[in-house]
Amino acid sequence: MGTPLNVLEHVMVPEHHIMSEEEIKQLFSTYKITTEQLPKMYHDDPTAKMIKAKSGDIIRIIRISQTAGRAESYRHVIKRSKK
Amino acid sequence: MSVRKIIWADTYDEDGYPYPQGLMDLNLGVIDPGLRCKTCDQKASDCPGHFGHIELAKPVIHVGYTRMIRKLLRVTCRSCSRLLMGPEEIEKVIGTEEEGTEVVSEKDIKKEQVCPHCGVQQLKINFEKPTTFSEIWVEDGHKMEHKLTPADIRARLEKIPDDDLKHLGINPEVARPEWTILTVLPVPPVTMRPSIILENGQRSEDDLTHKLVDIIRINQRFKENQDAGAPQLIIEDLWELLQYHVTTYLDNEVAGCPPARHRSGRPLKTLSQRLKGKDGRFRGSLSGKRVNFSARTVISPDPYISVSEVGVPLAVANEMTLPIRVTQFNIEEARQFILNSPDRNTTGGPCGANYAIRPDNRRIRLSGANLETVAPMIEPGWTVERQLRNGDIVLFNRQPSLHRMSIMAHRIRVMDGKTFRLNPAVCPPYNADFDGDEMNLHVPQTEEAQAEARILLSVQENILSPRFGGPIIGGIHDHVSGIFMLTNGVKWFSRSQVLYILSHGNPDHLPEPGKVENDVPLWTSKQVFSLILPVELNMVFRASSCLNCDSCKKEGCERDAYVKIEDGILKCGTIDKKAIGAFDGQIVHRIIRQYGMKRASDFIDDLTRLAIRGIMLFGFSFGIDDEDLSRTEYGQIREVLDTAAMDVERRIRIFREGQLEPMPGRTLEETLEMQIMQVLGKARDRTGEIAGRHLGLNNSAVVMAVSGARGSMLNLTQMAGCIGQQSVRGERIMRGYDDRTLPHFRKGDLGSEAHGFIKNSYKSGLSPTEFFFHAIGGREGLVDTAVRTSQSGYLQRRMINALQDLKVAYDGTVRTTGGRIIQFRYGEDGTDPSKSSYGNPVDVKGIVESVLKEEC
Repeated sequence: MGTPLNVLEHVMVPEHHIMSEEEIKQLFSTYKITTEQLPKMYHDDPTAKMIKAKSGDIIRIIRISQTAGRAESYRHVIKRSKK
Repeated sequence: MSVRKIIWADTYDEDGYPYPQGLMDLNLGVIDPGLRCKTCDQKASDCPGHFGHIELAKPVIHVGYTRMIRKLLRVTCRSCSRLLMGPEEIEKVIGTEEEGTEVVSEKDIKKEQVCPHCGVQQLKINFEKPTTFSEIWVEDGHKMEHKLTPADIRARLEKIPDDDLKHLGINPEVARPEWTILTVLPVPPVTMRPSIILENGQRSEDDLTHKLVDIIRINQRFKENQDAGAPQLIIEDLWELLQYHVTTYLDNEVAGCPPARHRSGRPLKTLSQRLKGKDGRFRGSLSGKRVNFSARTVISPDPYISVSEVGVPLAVANEMTLPIRVTQFNIEEARQFILNSPDRNTTGGPCGANYAIRPDNRRIRLSGANLETVAPMIEPGWTVERQLRNGDIVLFNRQPSLHRMSIMAHRIRVMDGKTFRLNPAVCPPYNADFDGDEMNLHVPQTEEAQAEARILLSVQENILSPRFGGPIIGGIHDHVSGIFMLTNGVKWFSRSQVLYILSHGNPDHLPEPGKVENDVPLWTSKQVFSLILPVELNMVFRASSCLNCDSCKKEGCERDAYVKIEDGILKCGTIDKKAIGAFDGQIVHRIIRQYGMKRASDFIDDLTRLAIRGIMLFGFSFGIDDEDLSRTEYGQIREVLDTAAMDVERRIRIFREGQLEPMPGRTLEETLEMQIMQVLGKARDRTGEIAGRHLGLNNSAVVMAVSGARGSMLNLTQMAGCIGQQSVRGERIMRGYDDRTLPHFRKGDLGSEAHGFIKNSYKSGLSPTEFFFHAIGGREGLVDTAVRTSQSGYLQRRMINALQDLKVAYDGTVRTTGGRIIQFRYGEDGTDPSKSSYGNPVDVKGIVESVLKEEC
């Protein structure tokens, strides 16, 4: 049924990357945080599925920002409960 | 937890002494002064109170947990009390061990099945509000019902194994489900249900005490009947009665249960009612409280005080105080406060003190009689409560406090009269007017609070709104009209006129006269305005009266809408809403960027005084004859409207003949409607143009519309020209009788008059049918505003509840109190909008203009 949709190619979907161990360490030390303090996203989020993120991964999102031009954000991938 | 078992329903004996083991037992704490608590041996003021208990004859259900009881009865076996699921089924719902955060819900259990553990057929559990549970089954085609007593239910709940409870989301180490069925009832301490003594010496008990009396009475009767071996029927009745009393004691507003009433018929205020709702413990006593050191009265305007000041009536200033802690450095000053009588009766008089507080916190009320004795007594360590005087900092607030500018700090100015006075230029942030508005005033009591108010909350720090990074304080109404009339075009003033305009400002000197005519020096109005501008200000912009022509004539603009300020001198252009108005105020904004908040607030003060003097010089009024047009205009307007009506008739005829071409995606009827609306809309605009041709800048309404002070050209059109089409939901008025709006028209009439077009103006007056249509259109507007305010108010409340604890951390991230990150950089660029220039961190245009001295 139809062609498969790659959400990452949609104009309104920002760039998503899985971060490496090294980058995560760097991120945690700059903000002095733990995994728990990061914003979350579900493992079955269409973008997470597209970049094959597993629960526990940390994702860097690069957005085009109205105010700053380019803005980075980070998400901790968690498993979605069934209900 | 309990210090005493309570068995007697009586409270006090004939001597007014509490019964032992009664509801007012001395072990539960004391409220009468003089007695001591039997538990903690403290006086009434110090004893916090202690709980007692009532042993219930039979268990009863706690109403707050009926949903949980229902769920547990439905998911567990009626015989072995285990969860009605096999291990595989549980795993299917909950998932594998490791995640284990899921819980089983009622929906996961199949109805009326056989228990997988003991094989007993399950029955349907019926729940009837408020607290009745029963089992239902069908036998020989008859419906059978069996009531479950609280004791039965408790027995079932007791048997549920700990492991099953975990799957249901209950931690058995913390709470067992059978605890939802009460066997003992806590009796709250007397301190939370004090009895009050009425004027006639009678005691009046608290609602909770009344309810507890009922419970004990029934409980006692129940026990006696039980011991006497009364028939089952009576026992059941008493049990139900006990259940009713315990239920209403906990919550007197349960569905399906008549509320317990006082003798007077008033429903009792029991436990749940104390907590719930706007005046309940949470919203009424914990989130919000009444405060001391506050005042409230009507506000009225005073354009001659500064925007950062507030006029306070002498009566208020005499009543409210500020604590002055006496030290060796200020002891003489403090003594003087005491010696100045507290009965200050002139606004200029020195402020006195109302109280002196000794180091042991005893207050001495100061009055004419004891001033001389108290004054020599004070020494470091005392506190003197001084009355308010000019220059004290206070917080000023108007509800609804929708944004942070709804509370700002002002300096006091003690004044005669009974109202708070404020400069009309600070009305926009408070959204205040003077049609009877009241405002609140709070006096910060500590030096820290006063400093914080001065630095963060003062009016001058809040000129720039964090909403859009522009000024929200500025000229309004008359300020804009006045400054517009003053600066529009070139007007020459004599020395005395110039001094009249400037008389409330404080200019050091007058500039060189613009010209000298017959030895009389004359100044232009633009020169007068330039006197209040900072000396080095350079800027170029277009006034609100600018029409956005395709090619700008700049200095040659015939409307004088091209504003150019060079080195603090207004070269050309008109000052109006765009330049100095609240929300727009380009000059105010530029002054803040280049000279700071203090200069801007001074500018606003100077400007409002100048503008008020300006409007007084010219005089400004509006009357019914300002809407008059000449005979030619009336003829033209009638002609325009007649042609439009004929045009509408013509289009209806084309439609009736079936010749109308439908627009894409529209039906024929819709096409016709759109065409008619368009024709009539255009006709209305044409009448406006005709009226506008006649009314020039000598008309006050035009001045207000063009300068942006108030109203628009549309308002003027409706007053002088034609009111135009009335609409409901953007369409012509169609409702009413069958195929017509009113019995005055023929059925199926599609003409302009029959569907709400008003040919008349407000000046000429409406015909009866027109008036009716106008009322219809007006009602829609009223309903819309009512709905909008309530909806946006609720939206705002929820937004604030969600966002209130977020703050920007020192590293620029937005975090919750738990340190969780919401934004990695505030607003993605880390800019404080109230320190920005309309959202941009740097005002590039302003910097270029101030260097080049021309438009960029």
